[in-house]
Amino acid sequence: MSNRILSVRGLSRIHGEQCPLCISSTGPAHDTNICPHCGSVVAAHDVNFDLYRGEILGIIGESGSGKSSTVKTLYFDEAPTAGSANFYDGDAAYDMFALNAAQQRSLRNKRFGMVYQNPHLGLNFQISAGGNIAERLLMSDLKHYGEIRTRAGDLLVRTEVARARMDQNPKTFSGGMQQRVQIAKALATQPPLLFLDEVTTGLDLSVQAAILDLILEIQHELGTAMIVVTHDLGVIRLLAGRTLVMKHGRVIESGLTDQILEDPQHAYTQRLVASAL
Amino acid sequence: MNAILTIEHYAKTFHLHERDLNIPSASQVNLSVYPGKLTALIGPTGAGKSSVLKGVYRTYLPSAGRMLYRTADGGTIDLAQADEHRMLELRQTEIGFVTQFLHCLPRKSALDVVAEPLVARGMAREAARGRAADLLAQLDVPAHLWHVPPATFSGGEKQRVNLARGLIAQPRLLLLDEPTASLDPATTERVVMHLERMKDSGIAMLAIFHHPELVRRLADSVVELSPPIPIVEPAEETL
Repeated sequence: MSNRILSVRGLSRIHGEQCPLCISSTGPAHDTNICPHCGSVVAAHDVNFDLYRGEILGIIGESGSGKSSTVKTLYFDEAPTAGSANFYDGDAAYDMFALNAAQQRSLRNKRFGMVYQNPHLGLNFQISAGGNIAERLLMSDLKHYGEIRTRAGDLLVRTEVARARMDQNPKTFSGGMQQRVQIAKALATQPPLLFLDEVTTGLDLSVQAAILDLILEIQHELGTAMIVVTHDLGVIRLLAGRTLVMKHGRVIESGLTDQILEDPQHAYTQRLVASAL
Repeated sequence: MNAILTIEHYAKTFHLHERDLNIPSASQVNLSVYPGKLTALIGPTGAGKSSVLKGVYRTYLPSAGRMLYRTADGGTIDLAQADEHRMLELRQTEIGFVTQFLHCLPRKSALDVVAEPLVARGMAREAARGRAADLLAQLDVPAHLWHVPPATFSGGEKQRVNLARGLIAQPRLLLLDEPTASLDPATTERVVMHLERMKDSGIAMLAIFHHPELVRRLADSVVELSPPIPIVEPAEETL
């Protein structure tokens, strides 16, 4: 069996009507991702990578670089314009964008997890923290009330949220705690693949460190493969073994994370690393 | 005996786009490293000693040359060209690197920081902690610090933790970049003894030492590097 869990080829996401000049008129060389001829936004174009089991891959870039678009298409939040992604789950292999909506929903609910920068995207603020996790457990075919409650509580404890707060609404929680509940929810089905989109952005530094620690502990314990999207070089340094650098919708460079940080090849990456605190 | 690592014509030049500048960091490096032996790199600052170690570990992308590494399963792989996933695997299982600086997560205890490479290889956490405790004791890190994150440690204490983490996993090839730079003589002595034991167990080492005394005591062969000659810019060449 191969070690691959995900194989992405030629992934593109273009917003707008598209013209034949979109690709040749955008990208780092043109310093824009907006096509000057038709106004389409080339959010991501020709993204290729393999993710191995238990591996953490970082995607770094500024806003508008295409890093979030890339994971959103993989989590089926948005449909790609072109390209393919194959997900290898045990003995099963899925051509992800060829699946019907129900099949995609099933992968998303049971085999993938997503943690968003904005907790409002990942959590339902109308119901309790425990309810949020229960919702996902129900989708994965766990039906017994007592079992669901115990498991939701265990997940909150694992992500360092007191079991006593299980029945409270997450809108009364701090930002760091909301991220923990999101992580607990994402992990509910023990997915082999987790997407993390700027999960520590905007949190206090001490809270950031604790969340990053938690993410690494989870990866060690469960062997979860992760794609970590961030603009923060520190996050990449701590979490990711390999890193893709994106700008204006293109991957401009990829490599081992320490190599990207100490021997960046592309002019943009060199500026990025040189300007980091 | 067959070399575990053979470096042929290694060169590294950095290209700085911002200033359109090429900065040579090492050139024409040739050396071999053998199981149970230590090859020491010597030379003045700027000769490219660290550049060679980082090239082997692939923290730097080599600009030229081959770095042929004989793997545990008997194959040979050019580390300069190796696939990134293969490189990560080798780092986890075969090639260790001890630098002067400790990078670790803020809230992990010293014991867990040191035990980490063993846990990553699949050892049970308690067993790995036991081994880590032995090694920290050997390197004279006071026991009351073991359960504290190293962030607040002194420079010397941090370096001991860093060394312990680098040495615990018993790699096949160990890269050492001034591992004793900020240690007191007594601890340095313990490190030297530990490195000698590791050599005896068959581990191959490629090392940079601050003190010539350590080179004399530990090195089986010495490779002297001289600073690379700055590259003549094409524009000047045509004059």
